[in-house]
Amino acid sequence: MADYNPLELMICVAARNLEDGSTVVVGTGAPCAAAMLAQKTHSPNMCILFEAGGVAPILPSMPISVGDSRTFHQAIMASSMPEIMETCQRGMVDYTFLGGAQIDMYGNINSTMIGKDHGKPKVRFPGSGGANDLASLCWRTMMMTVQDAKRFTNDIDFITSPGYLKGGNTRYEAGLPKGTGPYRIITNMAIMGFDDDTKRMKVLSINPGYTREDVQENCGFELLWADKISETDPPHEDELRILRDEVDPHRYIIGR
Amino acid sequence: MSTMLKDKNKDNNFVLNSGQNELFTNPDADAAREVFRKKSRALKPKLSTAEEVVRTMVQDGDYIAIGGFGANRIPTAILHEIVRQGKKHLGFAGHTSTHDFQILTAGECFDRLDIAYIIGLEARGLSPNARRYVESGKVKLTEWTNATLSWRIKAAAMGLSFMPARNIMGTDTFKYSAAKEILCPFTGQKYAAFPALYPDFAAIHVHECDVYGNAHVYGASVSDQDLAKAAKRLVLTTERIIPNEKIRQNPEGTFIPYWCVDAIVEVPYGSYPGNMPYEYFSDEQHIREWLKYEKDPDEFKKFIDRQIFGTKNFYEYLELNGGIEKMKKLRAIEFLIPNE
Repeated sequence: MADYNPLELMICVAARNLEDGSTVVVGTGAPCAAAMLAQKTHSPNMCILFEAGGVAPILPSMPISVGDSRTFHQAIMASSMPEIMETCQRGMVDYTFLGGAQIDMYGNINSTMIGKDHGKPKVRFPGSGGANDLASLCWRTMMMTVQDAKRFTNDIDFITSPGYLKGGNTRYEAGLPKGTGPYRIITNMAIMGFDDDTKRMKVLSINPGYTREDVQENCGFELLWADKISETDPPHEDELRILRDEVDPHRYIIGR
Repeated sequence: MSTMLKDKNKDNNFVLNSGQNELFTNPDADAAREVFRKKSRALKPKLSTAEEVVRTMVQDGDYIAIGGFGANRIPTAILHEIVRQGKKHLGFAGHTSTHDFQILTAGECFDRLDIAYIIGLEARGLSPNARRYVESGKVKLTEWTNATLSWRIKAAAMGLSFMPARNIMGTDTFKYSAAKEILCPFTGQKYAAFPALYPDFAAIHVHECDVYGNAHVYGASVSDQDLAKAAKRLVLTTERIIPNEKIRQNPEGTFIPYWCVDAIVEVPYGSYPGNMPYEYFSDEQHIREWLKYEKDPDEFKKFIDRQIFGTKNFYEYLELNGGIEKMKKLRAIEFLIPNE
């Protein structure tokens, strides 16, 4: 079996979810690496979009900012933020990736603050940026994150970006577009999806080296489990080679 | 905000739900029309200096917005000058504001914030000083998102008072915003309604413009075409001035027309230390320096004294940080020219 670190596994698994011919809005870091890896393996014609306006660039290197020159290098279009967000709102964008400090059992994500007083946060984070927009308007939202019981909690301090809100149909009753929502949560320990009816987080596969107990103990809420839990297919040699040699040769992302 | 506006909202039975935080600007389209009615349409030269622009066009208490994307195509000369002249109590649209936010925070220039993205510098990490300032409780915070601020600016660019959209409903981002929920009069669909944002003052850095303000911008344009229309007063800083003939040879390339523009400042390398597409890349070393000095408030104060208060203008600042030699290196990075 190939030797790999947790981030490499998460990026490889994320990349496999991005099929050719699809559209994906990414930020900097691991999501961008996953999209680049997908392009260089099974999805050469997947369209990468950046929220500041870049459409289908040929990325010469990892961008530092989702608005820097690299994000529209030899691109099909250097457009605008409204153009990208309205493309999402029209239902033309399949995937996006989000990060955050906390996530709850319905896939609601906090990237705004820790504390209960909004006017005087204990710890302030950047806020939504485009996260809420992408989570609201793209068809399928994914997240790559290291898993622990503090981060995976139902005592979430602030819902920055919508998951399935309070579960069931509440996301769509709130007015968010039908059929959208969290799709995969890819952690160092497991791959989760969401239950069709309750919209609660549900484990689909466990990563090599971890047990069912590890996955539940490192989660602050009760997880649902698929009827058949498989072992996550670990990164393949060719995926790792392309990720290390071509996508992130300076190990900016995978070296963390 | 006027009491008239508040009462209007209270009695409005079209509103299903309201964000609870403060709306810092007046979305009223007729009020904006009165301002634009008086705005000059004269095709006249508008060249000025950063010092003069900030002295005459920015008043304490104004609500301002900055073009570009944080550390990409930003009007650094204007931002520094706002700090240098000690402007205070500004409102600010934090629309993926990164290095621009760092600069304004260094001067504690604003005390109310519309937030989409603040404090962070994307892949570079978080700004310790910006974090201290926002966590201090000295700043009024209203939450939005990148798309929301884009659409608030777009609504203003269209001469409207609001824009409906399908994001943010059901979240705390909505709860701590000043947005509302309404029903579509045609389909009954629930929508978030975002109030138009007409900034008092905006500054946008462009690649080239003529002396009247007809401007070309290349690369991702973020919200700047709408921002140019939405702002009550607009200054362009430009890499270079071009003759009017060059605009007229290629009229479909005009990104901002002159009537939006109140003043122009020619500032070569004016987005430094930010990235300027097709010109020069960001100075990551200098931005890291900011983040390093920010860890210690005393060291940061000395750093800002050196960098902003101790320099007369943008050119002295650029010179202090490597001048043309540095820009040659950043141009090579932008053009992916391997270093020797």
